[in-house]
Amino acid sequence: MLAYLLRRILYAVPILIGVNLLTFTLFFVVNTPDDMARMQLGIKRVTPEAIEKWKQQHGYDKPLLVNSTASGAGKITDTIFWRKSASMFVFDFGYSDDGRSIGHEIVTRMGPSLAIALPTFLIGLIAYVSFALLMTLFRATALDIAGVALCVLLMSVSGLFYIIGGQFVVSKLWHLVPISGYDGGIGSFKFVVLPIAIGVASGIGSSSRWYRTIFLEEIGKDYVRTARAKGLSELRVLFRHVLKNAMIPILTGVVVVIPLLFMGSLLTESFFGIPGLGSYTIDAINAQDFSVVRAMVFLGSALYIAGLILTDISYTMVDPLVRLS
Amino acid sequence: MSFTPVILWSDALVFLLLAVGVAAAWYIRRHEHLLLPWRRVAQSAAAMVSLLVLSLFLLVGLLDTLHYRAALPEKNGGETVYSPEVLSVLDKLVEPLRTHTEKTYSAPLAVTLYAKESLSDAQGNVLRDYPRLRYGGAHLADESQLASDILKRALLGALGGLLAGLLLALGGKRWLAQRRLPLRPLLIATLAIAALAGATAYLAAAYHVLGTDKVGQDVLYLSLKSIRTGLIIGTVTTLVTLPLALLLGIAAGYFRGWVDDAIQYVYTVLSSIPSVLLIAAAVLMMQVTIETHPQWFDTSASRADLRLVFLCLILGMTSWTGLCRLLRGETLKLRELEYIQAAQSFGVSSLRILTRHIVPNVMHIILISLVMDFSALVLAEAVLSYVGVGVDPSMISFGTMINAARLEMGREPMVWWALAAAFGFMLVLVLAANLFADAVRDAFDPRLNRTEVAA
Amino acid sequence: MNRTLSPNFSDETPSHSTRLAKNASLVAGYPLKEEEDLLLSVKGLITQLRNGTRIVDDISFGIRAGETFALLGESGCGKSMTALSLLRLLPDGVVHAGGTAQLNGVELFGLRERGMRDVRGGTAAMIFQEPALSLNPVLTVGQQIAEALALHQNLRGAAARQRCAELLAQVGIPDAARRVTEYPFQFSGGMKQRVMIAMALAGQPKLLIADEPTTALDVTIQAQVLQLLRDTQDATGMSLLLITHDLGVVAEMAHRVGVMYAGQIIEQASRTQLFAKPLHPYTQQLFAALPDAARRNQPLAAIPGSVPPPGSIARGCRFAPRCDKAWELCNEQTPEWTILNDGRGVRCHLYQDRGSRIEDREKTPSPPAPLPQAGEGNSILTPRSLILQVSDLQVHFPIRKGILQRVTGQVKAVNGISLEIPQGRTLALVGESGCGKTTLGKALLQLIPPTAGSVQLAGRELTGLAARELRTRRAAMQMVFQDPYASLNPKMRVAEILEEGMAALNIGSGSATRQTLIDTLLDQVGLARSAKWRYPHEFSGGQRQRIAIARALAVSPQLLICDEPTSALDVSVQAQILNLLRSLQQELNLSYLFITHNLAVVEYIAHEVCVMYLGRIVERGTAEEVLRTPKHPYTQALLSAMPRIDGSARERIKLAGDLPSPANPPPGCHFAPRCAHASARCREAYPEERNVAATHTVRCHHA
Repeated sequence: MLAYLLRRILYAVPILIGVNLLTFTLFFVVNTPDDMARMQLGIKRVTPEAIEKWKQQHGYDKPLLVNSTASGAGKITDTIFWRKSASMFVFDFGYSDDGRSIGHEIVTRMGPSLAIALPTFLIGLIAYVSFALLMTLFRATALDIAGVALCVLLMSVSGLFYIIGGQFVVSKLWHLVPISGYDGGIGSFKFVVLPIAIGVASGIGSSSRWYRTIFLEEIGKDYVRTARAKGLSELRVLFRHVLKNAMIPILTGVVVVIPLLFMGSLLTESFFGIPGLGSYTIDAINAQDFSVVRAMVFLGSALYIAGLILTDISYTMVDPLVRLS
Repeated sequence: MSFTPVILWSDALVFLLLAVGVAAAWYIRRHEHLLLPWRRVAQSAAAMVSLLVLSLFLLVGLLDTLHYRAALPEKNGGETVYSPEVLSVLDKLVEPLRTHTEKTYSAPLAVTLYAKESLSDAQGNVLRDYPRLRYGGAHLADESQLASDILKRALLGALGGLLAGLLLALGGKRWLAQRRLPLRPLLIATLAIAALAGATAYLAAAYHVLGTDKVGQDVLYLSLKSIRTGLIIGTVTTLVTLPLALLLGIAAGYFRGWVDDAIQYVYTVLSSIPSVLLIAAAVLMMQVTIETHPQWFDTSASRADLRLVFLCLILGMTSWTGLCRLLRGETLKLRELEYIQAAQSFGVSSLRILTRHIVPNVMHIILISLVMDFSALVLAEAVLSYVGVGVDPSMISFGTMINAARLEMGREPMVWWALAAAFGFMLVLVLAANLFADAVRDAFDPRLNRTEVAA
Repeated sequence: MNRTLSPNFSDETPSHSTRLAKNASLVAGYPLKEEEDLLLSVKGLITQLRNGTRIVDDISFGIRAGETFALLGESGCGKSMTALSLLRLLPDGVVHAGGTAQLNGVELFGLRERGMRDVRGGTAAMIFQEPALSLNPVLTVGQQIAEALALHQNLRGAAARQRCAELLAQVGIPDAARRVTEYPFQFSGGMKQRVMIAMALAGQPKLLIADEPTTALDVTIQAQVLQLLRDTQDATGMSLLLITHDLGVVAEMAHRVGVMYAGQIIEQASRTQLFAKPLHPYTQQLFAALPDAARRNQPLAAIPGSVPPPGSIARGCRFAPRCDKAWELCNEQTPEWTILNDGRGVRCHLYQDRGSRIEDREKTPSPPAPLPQAGEGNSILTPRSLILQVSDLQVHFPIRKGILQRVTGQVKAVNGISLEIPQGRTLALVGESGCGKTTLGKALLQLIPPTAGSVQLAGRELTGLAARELRTRRAAMQMVFQDPYASLNPKMRVAEILEEGMAALNIGSGSATRQTLIDTLLDQVGLARSAKWRYPHEFSGGQRQRIAIARALAVSPQLLICDEPTSALDVSVQAQILNLLRSLQQELNLSYLFITHNLAVVEYIAHEVCVMYLGRIVERGTAEEVLRTPKHPYTQALLSAMPRIDGSARERIKLAGDLPSPANPPPGCHFAPRCAHASARCREAYPEERNVAATHTVRCHHA
């Protein structure tokens, strides 16, 4: 089992290298630093001198891959690739266009993102599984059919409308919580409760329906018949036998996003003015701050890969076949 | 000729898709076993009503895809000069909606603007009041007639629509009955849609049924134009996804070994980047390219259009991995089946095994995944446009509509109609697509349609 | 009711003096005087689909305490549904629609769901066909047994753990106390079925329902599990409702038998009565369709067609379309359940005295014409040219382990096999699952590259050929696969399926020639020519297997490798396919490598036999030599484990344990750990091949 996990972790290294090369290509090869400078400075009246100055300010005045003018290791290290891309492996993200340390921003913004994302994830998981179990218990009855119809309806609504509608009804009509904003500590409760509720509600359609399919597939298996033939009640069959087996496919989809919770939700955070990583990304996109976007892409995939490894670990906990062989 | 046809890149792709669709339908009609699951889809009332709704959307989208440039009255040395403005057949059909722009916001079916302005009356006195609209309800001498006029138009329009619907229904009834399609739900849906369309059309001739936006454009017109954008994102993307996923998926599953390792590596790398971030990064880079090469585009329409095509390309490049993984898994299962081994024992070439044995047996997965992805892509467009990495801001889409309307959320009293219109149109489109996708999945998924009982 | 059957009756039907039972108060179908004797009494049970199609149609039977009652029938006849109906465990969409069932004095269909839960696992327990799927993979076997103990014995905690271990020990699981905490995947197939039995016994049931309990198991394991069921029954006095398709299992286990066909019980009798003289034409033909040595050289009496799907026959006898004794009445009127006065029951017009058309009923099928004897007898000695010559063939698969997936060992799936097949002969390759016989078949076809050794087809070497050269040789050797549902591409018409090989190997110039060839092929395998425009899903299992055979024949091979070609088929259909293979051999002088685990089929069809154990051939010789005078202890055990319908008393050789993993075979003779005769020498050195007769060789130190 340990070898299995070690192998999975080693497997992550080439993937991260791939991601790094991809972002490097995307940001420095598709468009050269000159293009970026021209874009930032305005297309029309731009002089070669201004471009050079901009590149120098932002550290783009180096060759891409090999610096033939430098000596020794500098041939490799004194390049855009080494400075801007390879350095991300040690989580050195450099500076944003307005001159602030991206690494520092990430650390301070993780908290608010987590404050929204973690409760949304946990409450959501419990709510979706419960709803799906309910539909499974009453399968092929009017309750089940109505539940599925509701799910299809809910998943046909764009996530934007959950946020806009929620803000409108709860904050504007009822004045229950502030429309947006954030505060540290206990005071943040009134700010996070609505985003969390909306986050949970917007996922209920697709997730519950998906879990229901998993439960139904599981309930058709032979071991369920064995459990019933033992005289177990339907509830016990569902909770003790079906749920435990269904957790394996559910975990596959769920555990992988846990590290990504650090990234927060782009939409929720920007609508509710939460100073997390999601709104940071959106602001960077709108300001066309490529350094930040690049850092977030790398961070996102690093977290995703961490999620994959977590998934493997969680397998070993629920699936005895993986744990013991 | 008073016009010259224009084929934008996205138009060409839509025509290509249409041709593929027609060819596929023709092929399926000639093969009984391929037709069989479609018959099951046709038995489902929900699916057929959804299909009716979807085909209406499709019709609007297609009309909006036939582009042209109208001839200008002045001639340049005997040569016709064409307007730089690219219009579509839809624009021509609903010309009043397009051209009747007001000054700024007005509520649905209103006769005045939404905000008070300083007006001077005949006597030259300045007073603050809601000014009358230029077009909305302009035929009314008195605002007090508004309610009765709306009612009258709605009823007459609905009646006209109903009549047309009835005629259509009587004509189609035999055709439907012959194919044992669910008759009653389809009839009811046809009549309801016809009545609604009739009432809307008659009202729209004199009012802004869904109000106007900040620059006075008719919201109904914007909604109709958004349909094409949504449909293109939902369908053209598959032109990229499908070949990539199919080719790489079955190659990885069938050949295994290093081919499999390489393909798996590529899709793991791609799928390990959160898709919004990858799309955002790619779109940002595309923007840089477009902005630094303004000389590539002759009209602003072609620029916005190319951006749409690139968006589809990027969405396709980032979303093929899921289908690819599914196809690889299925191919791994299929290649162990005995009919593949029988073919191998005849020395049948790998290419032939892939095309004759594997591809036909994974088609159901592809189809299910395509119809399921459609609605997700339509929804994604709105989100991406909101984030600022969607379609060109000058292009009318649900996303840009929402984005523009959202800024007015804080206004008192609230400007709600643009949001509501986008919400309503998207909900109907996505719901119909979801219901249809469900029916397709039920009919095609071999795991779901096991009705026979093993005894 | 007191009627005598016509004196004209031939002796295939019951003797004319047999009188119908008088006692009309008897519940139809079982010869009991008092109903109190019955533990389970089922009357008029009807189970149907939601749309009204009856899967189980008006079934009545009873089981006495301590008795084994077997429900015998082919697939799709409704026997499993009968069992699930009794426990009210029907799948969604199937409903109980009539009839009663008294178990231990309790009316099952009158109970509330809560009461029913006490019955399930309490009074009546059930075990299923697929032990691998029937246990929950994420709970330990102890947890799963403890559930039943908590429910029905009110045992919890340490007492329950103690009892779990006892139960596992009782069903013959070694080291039970430790294995309580293991998960199902850590048990072999036979052991899983033992766990299932232990779980069923936890509630101390009065009735055990066993639904095809050994169908998924190998023959030596089947013998162990059947023995366990008998022993348990002796020890606890429980009754057994045994559901099976295997006449051999019935002969070994049952006290009384109900034969099911298309949702009905068509005959009911004690085992001795049934095996001495089956009454219903279906039962008779089922017996006649069984392959064995006595029927060598003659075609089997195959039942034409296949079991009709539920609800497809509304009027008349359901067997009439396939019955060789049917006359008009059979198609018009559904036969009544008739009880003869020796207590047996039968549902057939032959036994209802209608006094009409007796002469028609007498029409017996003409006995199958014996096949021309093509060089039978001492043919082994007459030299025939060899079509296939395999020497020292090895197929090894690497085992990868560790972080870097280094190769740490080899699974020797095929480990030094040599064999020859003469032109026009059948060599049977016998072995249990996992012994490497299918791998061998695929390696011969070069579908799996052999690791070492040589394969010569008609004198020409196949191994190491380049793909193009190999293709030219492929026509001479083809394969028929086990699963007729997986061996035909569902998306291709029959004509396309048959043409594929011809096109790949350039046989028949032009499509017109190929179409004529296809017509000829369909004639040869006994399918209508119109079949070629249809898709596989329109055919039954037997018909599909005919298509698969036709596909192989399309390229005129000289050798067919048949990998368990009949094991997925019902007995009556198996006979059709075996007949077809035989007559094709006579006609086309084909050679067969017949891979199977079914010794009865081997006895019937093979000229020579190889017995395979863990990648090696342990015994080979003519069919007569190997099957009549087996020398290897493994062959002897296999033969003794095979259930036989003659019920002849024979020495049972118990094999201990399971087939070891081929990844880690025991040192010395691989069979030594399970062998009763094994000595120290056996554990050290693998025995060399020794001749015990001119054509009979064996690898055993003691033979």
